[in-house]
Amino acid sequence: MFRLEARTSTPAWFNLVLPFLAIVVTLILCSGLIAVAGAGVIEAYGVMLSASLGDSYAITETLVRAAPMIFTGLAVAIAFRAKFWNIGAEGQLLAGAVASCAVGAIPMPGYLAMLLMALVGAAAGAIVALVPATLRVKFKVDDVVSSLLLNSVIYYALMALIEGPWKDTFSGYPISPPIEDSANFPVLIEGTRLHIGVIVALIAAPLCWFLIARTTLGFQIRVTGENPEAARYGGINVQRVLLSTALLSGALAGLAGVGEVGGVHFQVMSDISPGYGYSGIVVAMLARLNPLGAVPAALFLAAVMTGAEAMSRATGVPAFLSDVIQGTALLAMLVALLFTAYRIRRVGAPS
Amino acid sequence: MLSSNVVPTGSTLALSAPLIEMRGITKSFGAVKANEAVDLSVAPGEILGLLGENGAGKTTLMNVLFGAYAPDAGEILVEGRPIAIHNSADALAAGIGMVHQHFHLAPRLTVLENLLIGIPGKSGRIDRAGGLARVNEIGSRHGLSLDPNLPVSALSVGEQQRLEIIKALFRGARLLILDEPTAVLAPSEVDGLFAALRSMAAQGLGIIFISHKLNEVRALTHRCVVLRHGKVAGRVDHPASTTSAEMAKLMCGHEIVPPTKEPSTPGASVLTLDGISTSGHAGTPLREVSLFVRAGEILGIAGVSGNGQRALADVISGMLPPNAGTMTIAGKTVAQFSPRELQALGLGRIPEDRMTTGLVTNLPLADSMVLPRVGTEAFSRKGLLNPAAIRAFAEAQIKAYDIRCPGPMVRAGALSGGNLQKALLARELAFDPKVLIVSQPTRGLDIGAARFIHEKFLAMRGKGCGIIVIGEDLEELLMLSDRIAVMYEGRIAGTLSGAEATVARLGLMMTGAEGRA
Repeated sequence: MFRLEARTSTPAWFNLVLPFLAIVVTLILCSGLIAVAGAGVIEAYGVMLSASLGDSYAITETLVRAAPMIFTGLAVAIAFRAKFWNIGAEGQLLAGAVASCAVGAIPMPGYLAMLLMALVGAAAGAIVALVPATLRVKFKVDDVVSSLLLNSVIYYALMALIEGPWKDTFSGYPISPPIEDSANFPVLIEGTRLHIGVIVALIAAPLCWFLIARTTLGFQIRVTGENPEAARYGGINVQRVLLSTALLSGALAGLAGVGEVGGVHFQVMSDISPGYGYSGIVVAMLARLNPLGAVPAALFLAAVMTGAEAMSRATGVPAFLSDVIQGTALLAMLVALLFTAYRIRRVGAPS
Repeated sequence: MLSSNVVPTGSTLALSAPLIEMRGITKSFGAVKANEAVDLSVAPGEILGLLGENGAGKTTLMNVLFGAYAPDAGEILVEGRPIAIHNSADALAAGIGMVHQHFHLAPRLTVLENLLIGIPGKSGRIDRAGGLARVNEIGSRHGLSLDPNLPVSALSVGEQQRLEIIKALFRGARLLILDEPTAVLAPSEVDGLFAALRSMAAQGLGIIFISHKLNEVRALTHRCVVLRHGKVAGRVDHPASTTSAEMAKLMCGHEIVPPTKEPSTPGASVLTLDGISTSGHAGTPLREVSLFVRAGEILGIAGVSGNGQRALADVISGMLPPNAGTMTIAGKTVAQFSPRELQALGLGRIPEDRMTTGLVTNLPLADSMVLPRVGTEAFSRKGLLNPAAIRAFAEAQIKAYDIRCPGPMVRAGALSGGNLQKALLARELAFDPKVLIVSQPTRGLDIGAARFIHEKFLAMRGKGCGIIVIGEDLEELLMLSDRIAVMYEGRIAGTLSGAEATVARLGLMMTGAEGRA
């Protein structure tokens, strides 16, 4: 007989090993599905690996995919640190995309356009995130529900835009007009899609870490998240901290949208995000809400996404496997987190 | 020297048919031996006191008995038969009931519904009528009456505890474990609890009573087991005729000398409340409360819990702005009631609830120690933290206050109550407050830690700090205070000088029977 027993302390190496353990468990669990689909497990994972990390082009593609998830992962990680349950990174990303697309379509010098796109996109994401935060602070509305539902509101607002005023009159497709060529983000390596936004994402992670770990605002976010009553007693304005966190989180998610418009698609369409906002939750949990961890976690998910398409072509296993892997990874991580607080103990056979 | 009443470890007591016997219980957590070869037994009709300082292993031992932990070694016998207890259901089936320090009740359900949780009814239906009959029977047998239809959220803490006891009896407990049951009770409620426990023992139940409070143990129990560092340090056969000092020595391993209180000449008033009234607060509001405390003076605030003490503490610590009246700190009238503002005026604060209001249990201890002042020059500049300064501050205080912990980066929640209280005291006293407001400063602390806290208060008093101590432990208030104000229904019922105050007089004033300005 086995039972869970509370741990008195958690070894430090545990925190580092857990995400990897969760990923290994995920891949083992999902190999069953690959087998069911009639493909060789080793072969399928092999194709995934080579297509996502096998050569320099594959690596740049994985990086390009990782960038928006680094941003949404950071957005979720920071929000969750304050226990502001922002499930709305998807909507904030879309708002950032729409706003930056509108700015990018205005003719102006390229560097100015890019800067304005980033600023306006971040601001749009921040404003969207402010809605559930304000509802919670002022009226005690559950932020999980309101931020989640707002995703649909933003998505259908975007659809209304591209089906209506922004609709391409020439082709009749529901896509927005493209941004100015001068506003396209510079490509770092010729012949790839590796744009400057990826570098910004990679820099954002340590900046967010610094904010959380080394600034008084970060301190207030951590304390408010862990114990709002002690925070209030200690003189922290808990409501203001929650609103600041929401602004920050929404801005980061908005930047994910900016990168997709400026660096990848150059316009807005209905499938501009294949759920990067929701993937951000998986990234944040795998990263254990540590901003530095968001980079490897996002790279893992990006590799799975790029790899899954190639695997699908090569072996016939549906590319949806990538979604299954994401979902399983989140569940595996949540279970793994249990073991930071508990351990399994064998109990003698009952008499 | 041990008196004849105190039997040192090793001697075995002949007992006829013990209800419960624990033999050689050993339980380790990592390298720490929480219990080592502990023997303990309870006879029917016996009240056994289980004494020990924080961390002595009392709670671990009882958790083993109640099935929360599996022992590494040793066995448990119920009426002479060895049994295995894997969880609380096994314990209940064996007739062992436990009343924890933190109650396990569903606040939205009624008293009766809480009792019926997990009890299988007839053919899938809850047997309300049968349950009601049993509650009334238990109530009349032991004098434990409660309205079965009241929701738990409407019960006072004392009533919730009564419900926990009824719950254990309802499930057929023949041995009742009470983990520091008096820590949450007002003195008047303690008498009621003791009467009920004596009645239960008289009817053949066994009771294990865990407490720090030696006078209570002496008044209630028939026999005591004292734990120290996880081992049985001694057994006391006649607690009523053993002195508290002897028992304290067994608990701590050395003599406990009461702190000496030097006479002091109070200076000017450092904190004045004038006609303070409150509203919109859970609990009794304040009604035109006026009081003052002078430099170098300790003002005790006595009262049965729920008479406005919480509102008073919240107003003074800046958590609750009053809607009438003024407050002055060191001659300056408070313009804005916020923790930060009051702190800047020289107020030090130690909250009643260390774990929920004082500290952040999941973050490093150092974070909790700098929390109220993290925005000041000492720990940050232009919004950037100074981790070295924070760490150095925490390390210095850990050393100065002998806070037992692996270091400043350990999770605050890993510390014992006494060490947490020291940490909270350190974080305030390091900034030389002119006034200090503390609530229940030694609740749940063992003798050694409580003594340390008392000495610090007296030392601060000697340095000219004005201290307000809100408490329910009258003996503690009498020992510390230069004056004692009694709260009754949100008002100050009267104030006595230290010389005038006695337990009897304060007790009368606390019930509203006597007032004195």
